[in-house]
Amino acid sequence: MYTIEGKTGKWELVIGLEVHCEILSKSKVFSGASAAFGGEQNTQVSFIDAAFPGMLPKVNEYCIEQCVKTGMGLNAVINKYSRFDRKNYFYADLPQGYQISQLYHPIVGEGFIEVTTADGTRKIGVERLHLEQDAGKSIHDMHPSKTLIDLNRSGVGLMEIVSKPDMHSPEEAGEYLRQLRAIVRALGTCDGNMDEGSMRCDVNISVRPVGETGLRARAEVKNVNSVRFVMHAIEVEAERQIEVYENGGTIRQETRLYDSENGETRPMRTKENANDYRYFPDPDLLPVVLTDEYIENIRKNLPELPEVKKKRYIEQLGLPEYDAGILTADKDTSTYFEAAAKGHDAKKVANWVMGDLFAYLNKECLPITKSPISAENLGALVGLIEDNTISGKIAKDVFVMMIETGKEPAAIVEEKGLKQTTDTGAIEAIIDEVLAANQDKVAEIKAGKDKLKGWFVGQIMKASQGKVNPAMANELLNKKLQ
Amino acid sequence: MTDLVNLTIADALELLNKKEISSEELTRAHIAEMEKGRVLNAFITETPELALEQAKASDEKRAAGSALGALEGIPIANKDLYCTKGVRTTAASKILSNFVPPYESTVSQKLKDAGTIMLGKLNTDQFAMGGSTLTSYFGVTKNPWNLDLVPGGSSGGSAAAVSAGLCMGATGSDTGGSIRQPASFCGVTGIKPTYGRCSRYGIVAFASSLDQAGPMARSVKDCALMLGAMAGADDKDSTVANVPVPDYTSALTGDIKGKKIGIPKEYRLDGLNPDVAATWDKGIQFLKDAGAEIVDISLPHTKYALPVYYIVACAEASSNLSRYDGVRYTTRVEGNSLDEMYENTRTDGFGDEVVRRILLGTFVLSAGFYDAYYTRAQRVRRLIYNDFVEAFKQVDAILVPAAPTPALSAEEMKNMKPVDVYAGDVFTTPASLAGVPGLSLPIGLSQNGLPIGLQVIGKHFDENTVFQVADVLEKLANFDKTPRRVKG
Repeated sequence: MYTIEGKTGKWELVIGLEVHCEILSKSKVFSGASAAFGGEQNTQVSFIDAAFPGMLPKVNEYCIEQCVKTGMGLNAVINKYSRFDRKNYFYADLPQGYQISQLYHPIVGEGFIEVTTADGTRKIGVERLHLEQDAGKSIHDMHPSKTLIDLNRSGVGLMEIVSKPDMHSPEEAGEYLRQLRAIVRALGTCDGNMDEGSMRCDVNISVRPVGETGLRARAEVKNVNSVRFVMHAIEVEAERQIEVYENGGTIRQETRLYDSENGETRPMRTKENANDYRYFPDPDLLPVVLTDEYIENIRKNLPELPEVKKKRYIEQLGLPEYDAGILTADKDTSTYFEAAAKGHDAKKVANWVMGDLFAYLNKECLPITKSPISAENLGALVGLIEDNTISGKIAKDVFVMMIETGKEPAAIVEEKGLKQTTDTGAIEAIIDEVLAANQDKVAEIKAGKDKLKGWFVGQIMKASQGKVNPAMANELLNKKLQ
Repeated sequence: MTDLVNLTIADALELLNKKEISSEELTRAHIAEMEKGRVLNAFITETPELALEQAKASDEKRAAGSALGALEGIPIANKDLYCTKGVRTTAASKILSNFVPPYESTVSQKLKDAGTIMLGKLNTDQFAMGGSTLTSYFGVTKNPWNLDLVPGGSSGGSAAAVSAGLCMGATGSDTGGSIRQPASFCGVTGIKPTYGRCSRYGIVAFASSLDQAGPMARSVKDCALMLGAMAGADDKDSTVANVPVPDYTSALTGDIKGKKIGIPKEYRLDGLNPDVAATWDKGIQFLKDAGAEIVDISLPHTKYALPVYYIVACAEASSNLSRYDGVRYTTRVEGNSLDEMYENTRTDGFGDEVVRRILLGTFVLSAGFYDAYYTRAQRVRRLIYNDFVEAFKQVDAILVPAAPTPALSAEEMKNMKPVDVYAGDVFTTPASLAGVPGLSLPIGLSQNGLPIGLQVIGKHFDENTVFQVADVLEKLANFDKTPRRVKG
């Protein structure tokens, strides 16, 4: 169990996460405007998004479907009846003066995410998933005295996924977030890019002495925008709370901001008037009523979830759990891997993907979708090793040339004459040459120094410029030395 | 020529079709009347050039033998709550006094598509909050029957303009009686259709679960013609019912023999104005004469309608009006901080009655009060709805007064306490809360010569029976719609 050692004893952490996922959808949740990220300011705004007089929201049914899919990915109850409520507050980037959300009847109820850490696998409870609209953006740094408003994001669909206070270590919270991201990516319901803000996380943290069962007052740390920062924010906030308690202070429920540069959390500017959101059912929208048939239809067409995929990689492809975990962590990687492994040895392909390919992509900071070597070509490279066309050693060189030229491996091998020699006569001739030039070492082997055989294989490979099949070289060498 | 402004829409359509008159002639006559009628202050914005342009185009269409709309060439006007593309739409408020919508409301667009000509935008209570037009930023509209009196409201500009012949018909909107009460005050006919019959898209919202568009005109048939053009499903408003719109004029058979008409005892208030009581009795007698069966019924939760209405309507209004914050299209009054800008803008831009209702609505939705007010009001609203559903198991329609008094004087109303003003909605709010259709038509005059209307209430989406009963009442009442003031 993860604990923090304080002056007065051991402390335990209680963590819950509220994650906002921007729904992947062409248009916004209540208007037809584009929901794309990064457009020129205020170019993706309908009269509805800007809350003009008399404008009415209309539910985008695709966003409903995305929520249902995600709910299924969270092993959660899909509510056949859900409803929209207005959360009322004034802010310059909230044109309606209220956010349409779901307080009383969310579309998705309780579920869980399975999380594996060094301590084993645990189910972390999900409290609910509700559908709501995003606000616009206030831009404070473009004018010396004015705040500018960009409404492109106003009305983009959000899924707010609220966990139960079930996590007890930074690792667990980090892993929950990674799993959640893998799930939404696999389902295509959110792109999960925390740096672009399409996935945002608020962290609720409280501490208590080990052995205490009740929940103490929590701090809500807002908008922590990477898994690493979430884990770090939990650590520093927990330590802060413990210090306060141990110095005789009390923690009150408050909202805090994580400062990644200084590695601390600090209270957010509290507004003079306490927020009373005056939630009430939105009279402009009808309740969302889903039929069993609708739900089952979505379930039938649900893409494979990371967890299921991982199991399949282990059981059917024979991959070690570690490899399966890495290759299923995100959809792009598993898609690439599966395309590459088609018709080839899965473990060998996995080694190439996780080894040479990842090393190159990491160095160049490229996503796998931008890999200069296509999945098919990487598979073909493994195929050339499998059918003895080239050796593994030559393959490394071919890999580098594939990156440089983007060509198919067979073409490179042909062009550069890298084909492995499998002609027994030719190989024997090379072996004879090497043996003749090193009679002293031959004598040593015959005297029992077996280890020298490896040295001879190396010499043979060198003499052949790597083109001899090492297994054949080994076999023929053994014959000659008998 | 003066005859042209006293025609009904149905009669004018006939003359237009026979090519005895042109839309341009008809429109010019109304523009002239509109100018003469400025003393009434019925219009906030007049659009005579636009109207003439539309009328000429309509005449050309007719001459060319093109397909014509159901109301081709008829000059009407819109309540200034309907957003009209390129024509200022104020909701009779200061905060929207410079707002020109870049879009058209669905209902006004449907009326355009039906061939109507728009003469301008009509006065209303500010954001439709009131029953007199006294809350309008653009001043009170005067009642054509007596200039010292209010025309009722909120659709007071519409009622006055139709009554005085400034337009042949007008759009109104009804949240708690805003079509039916001014119709009664000005001696015209108006119907609040079933909630969900007309699209609310592009109509400045007051209380979304109650707001409903409807026509006001000088006959039941004209209302039937107009509603036929206004109603129907709309992809832009999910609360509009996707049900077919019948030909409402086909309901005007003149025969209501055997129809059961309910008279709810709860509407027979102690101390009911004797003119109103007498008019109600007269209406009941007309129905009997026409062969209908009068049934005494009970709508037991009627007395809760008024408080429930003011809780629900104010709650929704407080949220609906949050968008007028000075950030985008509204007139802005600057401040030293965002909160100060909000405060300055909204203090300057909203009238007292609007502020009162925003405060009331904010209060009833506040933490700690929500259950006691809003939740409880919603429960009682359900009971009121059930009252009507039960009653309509016994009867085909219900006949009640439209307003507890004839038109009141503007001076008198200015000095009334808000709760006493709100009490004027006592006969209209129950149907609003239940979402059932209600039509108000003039039946007779008070001892002081002021029009008094009665209200026919029908089942959900059964406007046809409402029109059918009202049509018979209209014929028997034979009400002379020309305001006495004009007659001299």
